[in-house]
Amino acid sequence: MAREVTRSQKTTITIVAWLVGLMIFFPILWTILTSFKTEAEAIASPPSFIAFEWTAENYAEVQERSNYARHFWNSVVISFGSTLLGLLIAIPAAWAMAFVPGRQTKNVLMWMLSTKMLPPVGVLIPIYLLFRDYGLLDTRFGLVLVLTLINLPIIIWMLYTYFKEIPGEILEAARMDGATLAAEILHVLTPMAIPGIASTFLLNIILSWNEAFWTLNLTAANAAPLTAFIASYSSPEGLFYAKLSAASTMAIAPILIIGWFSQKQLVRGLTFGAVK
Amino acid sequence: MGSITLTKVNKKFGDVEVIPSIDLDIKEGEFVVFVGPSGCGKSTLLRLIAGLEDVSSGTIEIDGQDATRIAPAKRGLAMVFQSYALYPHMSVRKNIAFPLKMAGIDKTEIEARVRTAAEVLNLTDYLDRRPGQLSGGQRQRVAIGRAIVRQPAAFLFDEPLSNLDAALRVNMRLEITELHHKLKTTMIYVTHDQVEAMTMADKIVVLNAGRIEQVGSPLELYQSPRNQFVAGFIGSPKMNFINGSDAQKYDADTIGVRPEHLALSTESGLWKGSVAVAEHLGSDTFLHVDVDGIGTMTARVGGEFPVRFGDRVWLTPEQDKVHRFDREGMAI
Repeated sequence: MAREVTRSQKTTITIVAWLVGLMIFFPILWTILTSFKTEAEAIASPPSFIAFEWTAENYAEVQERSNYARHFWNSVVISFGSTLLGLLIAIPAAWAMAFVPGRQTKNVLMWMLSTKMLPPVGVLIPIYLLFRDYGLLDTRFGLVLVLTLINLPIIIWMLYTYFKEIPGEILEAARMDGATLAAEILHVLTPMAIPGIASTFLLNIILSWNEAFWTLNLTAANAAPLTAFIASYSSPEGLFYAKLSAASTMAIAPILIIGWFSQKQLVRGLTFGAVK
Repeated sequence: MGSITLTKVNKKFGDVEVIPSIDLDIKEGEFVVFVGPSGCGKSTLLRLIAGLEDVSSGTIEIDGQDATRIAPAKRGLAMVFQSYALYPHMSVRKNIAFPLKMAGIDKTEIEARVRTAAEVLNLTDYLDRRPGQLSGGQRQRVAIGRAIVRQPAAFLFDEPLSNLDAALRVNMRLEITELHHKLKTTMIYVTHDQVEAMTMADKIVVLNAGRIEQVGSPLELYQSPRNQFVAGFIGSPKMNFINGSDAQKYDADTIGVRPEHLALSTESGLWKGSVAVAEHLGSDTFLHVDVDGIGTMTARVGGEFPVRFGDRVWLTPEQDKVHRFDREGMAI
């Protein structure tokens, strides 16, 4: 029997959902609002919500003081680079685990996931030293490498879940039809898994774009992405909330826009396999 | 082209021996059906022939060549799967063309062969559709189309009709049989449905627990089953088995009588019982009779036989149609 939902219950649930949604979104909204205030208004108490003098001068000053374009470009290179490299490794890996599983496949998967439970700071020193010795500090290549490794377990897990949904008989049919392993992955598996690969791709772009721990610790000037750009506004001279907010808004805007337009794919990707 | 020989083929999955050791000869152009209950190893055997599974020991020869270690695609066999296994992102045309494309055949040749296959299978109007837009029967035809364009040495069918409804299944059964007459290519067909086996096969291979119980033409299996398993598996409704003193009268441990070889009477006969269920099909009547001292027996009578639940009836076997089995269940 279908569960009955009365009209008042529905209204309550809707209100609660909106409140929770607003609560989650509020910090972003507040950051955007603050970025249009003067420094004095930004720290005024009580704060004004909308009734303040709107100004764009923070953006102008941020532009003047630092090179947004370079940071933006670094973010693009690092997030796209690490995601593409990750997919290149993860597609064959997930293929093997989904379609020719061995006795240890489940354990390998769990082990890979367990690396995500390790606090990154635990391996900061060894990785820092390795980066120093191999001249990878403050290089985009180094960051691509480290973010690929950090996100690889998630990419493999997501693809593995998608590939598991593809009937093995179709791949066997391809094998009978004379497809080589490469042709099988290229002509049959990948086109069928495109929705899954797309959402994995998007999610990883977002994860790498937002990644702050490694990008802050392993870069100085040359390879610093937008996370470092934001951080540079909490300077020794004190906090400049309005400018910090302007920088943050500029840093998150691209990913917010990508996320907005691809939310359907993202939700599908994250809930895939949950309901059959 | 199309003879297949299995010699001492054995398959283990880990410690589990699925197929102990099988020897089998399939001649060129034969329609061979592997039949048996689920889990008997018939699909595994087909997959071993296809090369989708590796044999643990033994050899598989195709046209006299050792194919045991050859990749599936190189064996010259085509397979039709139970789930059709069509490529959902490709049109019917591309699905059928896929094996030819993989073989590197040129475009005009591919187009011509696809068109011929589509004509044979009545798929011409559907060439630009995706598999998702087709009915079950049409999908199965596409799967067959994809198999025939390759002009393989043999076709392998893995329970191809299981996903179709009853009426369509009968149609497709005829179509596949006609296709065999037309192409004269070796076909190996796996099914658990003994009616499919009986109606389609030149040769039936009855499998049980990974062993071959008997190989023979449909009528050979029906008339002279080698053992009790084959006797019980082939024929519908199932053969009746009788033990004890009634069997000893025939100098056997068990005797078997097919439902259609029991004469029915409301007045006199050998075994007396009461009707438990009467199934009136119009063309036939199936009676399930509780026979005194023996148990339930099934009898089949042509046409209408006017009895109802609880009526007393007598059953008498046709003497020359009684099958006798020894203690091990082997035919005497």
